[in-house]
Amino acid sequence: MKKIMNKPEQAVDEMVQGIVSAGCGQLKNIPETGVIYRSELPKDKVALVSGGGSGHEPTHAGFVGDGILAAAVCGSVFTSPTPDQIYEAIKQVDQGKGVFLVIKNYSGDVMNFEMAKDLAEADGIRVESVVVDDDIAVEDSTYTEGKRGVAGTVFVHKILGAEAARGTTIDEMKAVADRIVPNIKTLGVALKAATVPEVGKPGFELGDTEIEFGVGIHGEPGYRRESLKTSRELAEEIVSKLKNAFQWSEGEHYAVLVNGLGATPLMEQYIFWQDAEKLLKKDGLLIDFIKVGSLTTSLDMEGLSLTLCKLEDARWLENLKWETHTLAW
Amino acid sequence: MVDKIKKWLELFAAQLHEKKTYLSELDSAIGDGDHGNNMARGADFLLKSLDQSGDTSAVFKNAAMALLSKVGGASGPLYGSALLALSKKAGETDDRSEWIAAGAEAIAHRGKSEAGDKTMLDVWLPVQKALADGTLTHEKIDAFVAETKSLKAKKGRASYLGDRSVGHIDPGAQSSGYLFHAFLEAGADHA
Repeated sequence: MKKIMNKPEQAVDEMVQGIVSAGCGQLKNIPETGVIYRSELPKDKVALVSGGGSGHEPTHAGFVGDGILAAAVCGSVFTSPTPDQIYEAIKQVDQGKGVFLVIKNYSGDVMNFEMAKDLAEADGIRVESVVVDDDIAVEDSTYTEGKRGVAGTVFVHKILGAEAARGTTIDEMKAVADRIVPNIKTLGVALKAATVPEVGKPGFELGDTEIEFGVGIHGEPGYRRESLKTSRELAEEIVSKLKNAFQWSEGEHYAVLVNGLGATPLMEQYIFWQDAEKLLKKDGLLIDFIKVGSLTTSLDMEGLSLTLCKLEDARWLENLKWETHTLAW
Repeated sequence: MVDKIKKWLELFAAQLHEKKTYLSELDSAIGDGDHGNNMARGADFLLKSLDQSGDTSAVFKNAAMALLSKVGGASGPLYGSALLALSKKAGETDDRSEWIAAGAEAIAHRGKSEAGDKTMLDVWLPVQKALADGTLTHEKIDAFVAETKSLKAKKGRASYLGDRSVGHIDPGAQSSGYLFHAFLEAGADHA
């Protein structure tokens, strides 16, 4: 394992310090909680909070700032933060209009965030939440906890963050959240597994010329292994699966996120995008918003994911374009 | 009364330490193998939380915060939720079966689980019933824990194994078994 760090067990704390400092005064943290929050919070507005295991940077802390998150809670690597950490974040950022939580769909995250919600509500703080489950790789079944939450979470942050900035009430935000989540779908492909600092070796093994479709952002198994393909062929597989999930028709409006998983260069992400774009255009989709970059990573995993958000409401596009000041958007 | 409650939680913490390896072995068979270590870590903080003064409700609340902040995974929120419910209920009544019923309800709500899913609830529910009937014994607690062996897991990581989870004791059920052994041993089952 080659990583730029001091001690593996200090990785998250030291990263938090680095992020806060890079915020040049815009960010603060609550010591020993992994909570990063905006140093100046707008009064009388709902505060948007997210969080999860670390290792997905810039998700979530890179989106703390004007127009997106009021706070992010950084757990241990690939491990949900605990309720007391999340509860501290809620108490810190509540401005009397309530706190809205964006949770990725993992059983640990859901339980810990819901527990924090109960604790805060016992203090009289209004809390609402939405669970994001955009990864279409793994189907729902009786014995799993539903689909996973991955890169599409970034669009949820951005759209709800703009709603919060507009002064939307918490009940209205809940309604928006419940409408956008089913309209966001993601599928990825991995070329190489991530190495968790405290583990020291890759989470799974792929051969030199092997790839796996549908791997989760913590290295959870995907749906198929194959030998390496061209960018065009990867785009065909991923776009066809998304097409099947959306059942889209010509003339529909979409926003796109091409997301690098950590160790895949932007050059490759742009190559993939021009291939995917051709396929989407061929089907007559109108792409109103495009973001390419490594926004929800899996440490040093190689690979990328493609997220599409069906823009059912023109306001969502305005929200995606809403001016914001954060480290990573 | 508060002394008996503290004694209960002290004995529970001691059991968690003593059985740490066994709990992790049970978890390795059907989960991710960290239940014993996680609960033992929580036990240290649970003991520390007992140093704070307060009534029975406060003791449960402090214990809940210790477990939910230090255990992690699913067990932290599940035990934390149960103890928070006990904290609330203890402020309303001395009836122990009502306390345990409130705890079981909180576990079911937090874990979205029900009887027969092969979880800690499969110990909490029959313990509650036996307590209400005045028939709770150490032998019965062991039997409730052993009965989770034949169940097929429907919640948590063990659920990914489906049929292969049959034949193993659920680790959360086992740690809950220790909780209730300590409950009887401390005499906390009556006011």
